[in-house]
Amino acid sequence: MQNNSALDIACASFYIGQQYYFKNLRFSLPQQQWTCLLGRSGIGKSSLLKILAGLIPDNQHQLQVKHTSFSPLNQHISYMAQTDCLMPWLTVINNVLLGVKLRGEKKPYHTKQAMDLLTQIGLAEKASYYPHQLSGGMRQRVALARTLMEDKPFVLMDEPFSALDAITRMTMQALAFKLLQHKTVFLVTHDPFEALRLGQQILIMQGNPVKLITVPTPSIPPLRDMNDSVLIEYQQKIIHQLMEEQYAVS
Amino acid sequence: MRYLRPFIAIAVLLIAWQILVACFQLPSYILPSPYQVLLSLEHNIVLITHQALFTVTETIAALLLGIFIGVCAALFLTMFTFARQWVLPLIIISQSIPTFAIAPLFVIWFGYGMSSKIMTAILMLFFPVTSTFYDGLKNTSKDYLDLAKVMQVSPLNQLFKIKFPAALPHLASGIRMAAVIAPIGAVVGEWVGSSKGLGYLMLNANARMQIDLMFAVLLIIVLFALALYYSIDCILKKLTFSE
Repeated sequence: MQNNSALDIACASFYIGQQYYFKNLRFSLPQQQWTCLLGRSGIGKSSLLKILAGLIPDNQHQLQVKHTSFSPLNQHISYMAQTDCLMPWLTVINNVLLGVKLRGEKKPYHTKQAMDLLTQIGLAEKASYYPHQLSGGMRQRVALARTLMEDKPFVLMDEPFSALDAITRMTMQALAFKLLQHKTVFLVTHDPFEALRLGQQILIMQGNPVKLITVPTPSIPPLRDMNDSVLIEYQQKIIHQLMEEQYAVS
Repeated sequence: MRYLRPFIAIAVLLIAWQILVACFQLPSYILPSPYQVLLSLEHNIVLITHQALFTVTETIAALLLGIFIGVCAALFLTMFTFARQWVLPLIIISQSIPTFAIAPLFVIWFGYGMSSKIMTAILMLFFPVTSTFYDGLKNTSKDYLDLAKVMQVSPLNQLFKIKFPAALPHLASGIRMAAVIAPIGAVVGEWVGSSKGLGYLMLNANARMQIDLMFAVLLIIVLFALALYYSIDCILKKLTFSE
């Protein structure tokens, strides 16, 4: 497991002043697989993601990455937040091209590449629409296309599907899983079912002091069928694990 | 009906005014009737149009320059910490000076011509532009900026390609305020000391007790200010995006 892991995080800490939110977390993200991170709200899941993305100021975090060809790490990362973050003043195609345009790297072939991505997410005919003309699900698909356009080996996702309705979420999960197959994905979620559907590795962040617990994943490969009775069993285990802390507190 | 309402309200007001003047036999040097104002307007239309030309030019020049200065000031404040610490208090102090008190100084410094009026108007109108736009730039959604940071976008491009467009709706409301203030600024400037313009005309009419002419000029100023506001509003609505 350790040998083929793309990214070994030896130590990740997050603190403001003297107060540590978490300290010396170690984990690894297996190459070209989905790792799902579960945990209660406020435990610091998003912060951990932001540390990897380089969004936390230097004086508030510590990050050590073992032997890696991806250095500095934040240049090999693309990031999908809870909100779709589409710029309302740009058309769909220009939102997909956001990264190359803002870095001033835009070349003619990028437009074709972006159109291909829009075709893959089924929104090619909406290329010249503005975000406010799209539904929530469509907007999140455009955000996915924008993430793919960046073409980075690591994709960090912070509950990107949480605001969608159940059916749209299922479709989005399937689409994202298909399109991100060759990426190393780190998905933060609060939905055990989502983690079980997509994750090849599932981590739970909990406790005081905070630690990461690896929970067993079903042997069936993702995208797993939600009706599978085995999944229900696993889900129960995860929920039990998540509850444990609550018992400990009360 | 919605569009007719203001016109009906104005018509009622005018009729009441006419009746009031008729009932109390008010002399026209105290309060002329709307009809007398209309007659005066018709009689002096060439004079008024000629003087209006100067006021309109001053207003539009002040508006354009003031918006430009306001936008630059807001960008400056956003880009440099020292500007926020040192220049922002000065800008706020500049706004606490009564315009009427400083306008005569502008006449001394910039002369009797248009430039002193333009300066007065700019002093009055750049602040709403700066303040709204600066707020907009400062409050850009953190999610947008996080995304830009992960995308390795340079700080300068973050400012001009994300914060700037994101703050445009704020800027638009600042410009609307400026459009309302600009004609007032120009007329105030003319009142303080001038040889041309609608303010100058009013000053003269006031001295000669031509109150009907004063009302006629006021009417033109109001109409001009409304036309300016609604055309700016219309342009801004076309230019800004919807969320």
